[in-house]
Amino acid sequence: MPLLDVRDLRVTYQSARGPVPAVRGVDLTLDAGETLGIAGESGCGKSTLALTLLRLLPRTATITGQILLDGEDVLTMSWGKLRAVRWAGASIVFQGAMHALNPVHRVGRQIAEPIMLHERVRESEALARAEELLTQVGLPAWRARSYPHELSGGQRQRVMIAMALACSPRLIVADEATTALDVMIQAQVLDLITSLVAERGIALLMISHDLSILSSTCRRLAVMYAGRVVEMGPAQELFGDPRHPYSGALAAAFPKIGDPAARGRPRGLGGDPPDPAAVPSGCAFHPRCPLARPECATTDVELWPAGPDRVASCVRVLPAGSSREAS
Amino acid sequence: MTEQPILSARGLTVDFRLRGGRRARAVDGVDLDLAPGEVLALAGESGCGKTTLARALLGLVKPTSGTITYAGEPLASTSSGLKAYRRAVQLILQDPTGALNPRHTVYEAVAEGLRIHGITDNERDRVAEALAHCGLRPPERFFLAYPHELSGGQRQRVVIAGALVLEPKVLIADEPVASLDASVRGEILALLLRLREQFGLAALVVTHDLGLAWSIADRLAVMYLGRIVESGPTERVLTDPQHPYTRALVSVLPDSPVSEPVVLSGEPPDATRIPAGCRFHPRCPELASGGAAAAGVADACRRTPLPVLPADPHQHVVACHLRMARPTKAAEAGSVSG
Repeated sequence: MPLLDVRDLRVTYQSARGPVPAVRGVDLTLDAGETLGIAGESGCGKSTLALTLLRLLPRTATITGQILLDGEDVLTMSWGKLRAVRWAGASIVFQGAMHALNPVHRVGRQIAEPIMLHERVRESEALARAEELLTQVGLPAWRARSYPHELSGGQRQRVMIAMALACSPRLIVADEATTALDVMIQAQVLDLITSLVAERGIALLMISHDLSILSSTCRRLAVMYAGRVVEMGPAQELFGDPRHPYSGALAAAFPKIGDPAARGRPRGLGGDPPDPAAVPSGCAFHPRCPLARPECATTDVELWPAGPDRVASCVRVLPAGSSREAS
Repeated sequence: MTEQPILSARGLTVDFRLRGGRRARAVDGVDLDLAPGEVLALAGESGCGKTTLARALLGLVKPTSGTITYAGEPLASTSSGLKAYRRAVQLILQDPTGALNPRHTVYEAVAEGLRIHGITDNERDRVAEALAHCGLRPPERFFLAYPHELSGGQRQRVVIAGALVLEPKVLIADEPVASLDASVRGEILALLLRLREQFGLAALVVTHDLGLAWSIADRLAVMYLGRIVESGPTERVLTDPQHPYTRALVSVLPDSPVSEPVVLSGEPPDATRIPAGCRFHPRCPELASGGAAAAGVADACRRTPLPVLPADPHQHVVACHLRMARPTKAAEAGSVSG
């Protein structure tokens, strides 16, 4: 049984303009100790997906489908059970550590809080654990007495990671956890996340717009567009040889240094990411697709096998895949 | 080639006074030339002084010392002299949403610069042409749109059109695509390159993104704590970085040409306490691993200040005691050919 099994998840927000489908049928599985990267641009539904995993969405959102965490559906479980699952079953590291931390409490106390609530230990013991967690994320133990504003961006993100680890969860969801950081600090934090999840066998669901970072951090990748997964497969293969034109465009947006083809030729897509309130007909990507065919405007393509352990939703995939098998 | 640089800085320093009488030196001695039609990327971590340097070049921050010349003339100190300069050298900011007034239409946003500079003839045509050059076609369709009705990429095109309408010679772009969606970035960068082709615009692009430098810059200067520590043609700097800091920055990129990732510990120290000797020495992996000691320069790294790198646009230059004592093979070959 996979640790996380998301089945046909659909999330619709209610807005003044009418219903806005943010997630339009996503299936994902993640085994214990596995790493999965979810790539996509603003409005593709990736952050909505992250929030739904722990039922953190506002009441106005309509959710259907299943999110099985260790076989139990997060969407239907009782509040008491849900409270136990948050932090201890799965925890989230958000992007803006400045906003996610309480500015008027010392960071040690903020890390200790979920430990006290979940394991019913005394404050002194929880604080000692918090100091230990801080050293594990590469901060000196005395930093437990610091307030968030006394820390740099990278240090705050480390505090967030320490907090996410506090109750030894089996799944960590990192939503753009390193996006706001400098290149070098980002490398430090990514190294830290990678080694911690590997050491402890924690499953990692990492969400980012940066396909290149995901491909170097995660074993598998899923690319989302307009509320759906449009391609999924082993990270290196997907990044190196994308089958969906959108994955290709996203990969080209992060040029590889030393690649003569990328030199002096910035590549991007025409148009803009679709408005979730007005998703194009047929394949949602067709208005921006450089390889679109007439049938793309009307054919809603599902995920097709696109090689070993790979799927992609593009009309071009099926013939290419079968001819590859034939040869 | 001895083409006169369009924009040039010599010995530029910028200090900021902090509370308690301390001084932070954000820019600490920079020589820099920008040739007409050249795209120069200025890269570094936050706090390295790259944005302050860009602002000083625009005349938005008064340099503490040093000179800036535009087309061979020193920067005017009178407001009318600066006004002409600010027409020729345009700024493009990271966040187009913040740069545009939400209550102004696209037309007003682009025409504002014309009105400030007293250009009253053919306003409508000028605005339309600038929008069309920036890929907003047909321009009339966008005239009455408000920023909130546009996507992020379109907003940045409006900002660039607002700069372009003044027929500048230089664009200074501070992280021009950092706030845009990944798939849209390439188009905006391609637009900058197209404007260079069409109008001979030079651009100084301030960025933390070395991949961006690889895709558009002719030349790359890497800044650390207020100084340029390495500069040269983009291919040479990125495929064969010489300074340990540049090497580290390149090494942590996915699929890096530097084989072993070097993750520096610590964070850039603050500009109120610039270390003695080489300013990078407290974080330098070569010094920590004994490489500098083996070459006999460890003392120099800790004590001897490095000279300001020359603005020579054709050389690959590096401010590092170790590299000066023990150039790598590639660098030697490079300096012979270059």
